[in-house]
Amino acid sequence: MLEIKDLNVFYGAIHALKGISLTVGDGELVSLIGANGAGKTTTLHTISGLLHAASGSITLDGKDLQKVPANTIINLGLAHVPEGRHVFARMTVEENLRMGAYILKDQKKVSENLEKVYAHFPRLKERYKQLAGTLSGGEQQMLATGRALMTDPKIVLMDEPSMGLSPLLVKEIFAIIEELHRSGITILLVEQNAKMALAVSDRAYVLETGTISMEGRAADLAADDRVRKAYLGA
Amino acid sequence: MSTFIQTLFVGLRLGSIYALVALGYTMVYGIIRLINFAHGDFIMVGGYTMIFTVPAVLALGLPAWAAVIAAIAVCALVGMGTELIAYRPVRKKGTKMTALITAIAMSLLLENLAQAIPAIGPNPKVASQIFTAGGISFAGVTLEYTTLLTIVISAIVMVVLFQFTQRTKLGRAMRCVSEDKEAATLMGINVNHTILATFAIGSGLAAVAALMYMAQYPKIYTTMGSLLGLKAFVSAVLGGIGIIPGAVLGGIVIGLVESFTTSYVSSSMADAFVFLILIVVLVLKPAGILGKNVGEKV
Repeated sequence: MLEIKDLNVFYGAIHALKGISLTVGDGELVSLIGANGAGKTTTLHTISGLLHAASGSITLDGKDLQKVPANTIINLGLAHVPEGRHVFARMTVEENLRMGAYILKDQKKVSENLEKVYAHFPRLKERYKQLAGTLSGGEQQMLATGRALMTDPKIVLMDEPSMGLSPLLVKEIFAIIEELHRSGITILLVEQNAKMALAVSDRAYVLETGTISMEGRAADLAADDRVRKAYLGA
Repeated sequence: MSTFIQTLFVGLRLGSIYALVALGYTMVYGIIRLINFAHGDFIMVGGYTMIFTVPAVLALGLPAWAAVIAAIAVCALVGMGTELIAYRPVRKKGTKMTALITAIAMSLLLENLAQAIPAIGPNPKVASQIFTAGGISFAGVTLEYTTLLTIVISAIVMVVLFQFTQRTKLGRAMRCVSEDKEAATLMGINVNHTILATFAIGSGLAAVAALMYMAQYPKIYTTMGSLLGLKAFVSAVLGGIGIIPGAVLGGIVIGLVESFTTSYVSSSMADAFVFLILIVVLVLKPAGILGKNVGEKV
């Protein structure tokens, strides 16, 4: 479904991604783990068109994502839950979700998807009139995730969904990710919490200072000594 | 008592005009965090457009005020042009300070460019009467029709604008872009188009303000927008810049302060009081009357 080949991205003079390649197949949950500054968020931003690559290709179902403007990528079925949630703080929960469906013209479809998201996240339904800026971190994460689901995307990019959350909420968020995965949505997950990410993923890539150092089945990586030492604190 | 009511309405009328202009400042500030110093000069652009189009409008058998439609169109184009030619390129490469200085340069450029046009020149022009004269009298107070019209039209424009930002697709996109450009892009919003539309609407409002201003002060000159723009900017800051109801509230407050100072203290003190109020409010409440100093949640 998503295929990245030999991607090079620069931040000014810094060579942030040094020729990485990765694939995410239909219905797969793939995670990208690595330390701070390894280039995980850069990878997602480049896929979504928020950053431009110097070279390399990104294709979604064969379509070159670098050839289309960033704001039209969602039309191709790719949604992005950004790091730090980025909910619209001065809008209500429901307004935020409706903004997620900004590209949909069919209002009936929007209402249907709204109900689906509320079914996934009953907490959001309880708070539909509340301003997003007043939600807790966990609720904001649910909102950002729900907002990304409003267009029925084929693939969702999730950037550090567990960041800044209490251990209990981290579990809850990962349960939601697993649930979305089971419902057939393809997910590319970026996480610093490698333990949780490997536990729910099908496959994973380890990113180290802009290069992919290891890749494989999540279960194999979780058992690998190098991964255990560097990322799992074992 | 009659002086009081008279002064009140004069203040409301003046305040409505400030509010219309302040809305333009606040909308642009809200979306790109730039104080568009050229905004005051859009009033001048609107004023001259009406001076030049009124004869044609009358020849078509339409009332003189219909020239405002041409003024709105020209102001919207000038506003969009300013964004496309100056602000957008500077935003891409420069800092906030470069953008601010570009805005000041844009203001001076418009004023001097206008003066260089032979049909405009350095001497003021006087507009012909736009609205029918007359008014209503009661209890020793005479209210001109134009006073009531200015207040009513401004009020309608503000309500429509507020509803527009709350209920329409473009309005909601504008709110999203103003809060978070990256997230707005991820939602499928074309950020550049939305900013351009904001400039068009804000600048169009300056044309409406020009019409209401000319109904009271028919003298048009190239720097007419400077002080008017400055006071409207003060209004926007006073109410809380970036907040639509704040611009309206700030405009009304400044208009009332000005008219009451003129009536009860001295007309030469009016402007001094306006800026004094600004300083006092900013010392007490830096974010403006309706502004909130909210820390960003990370």
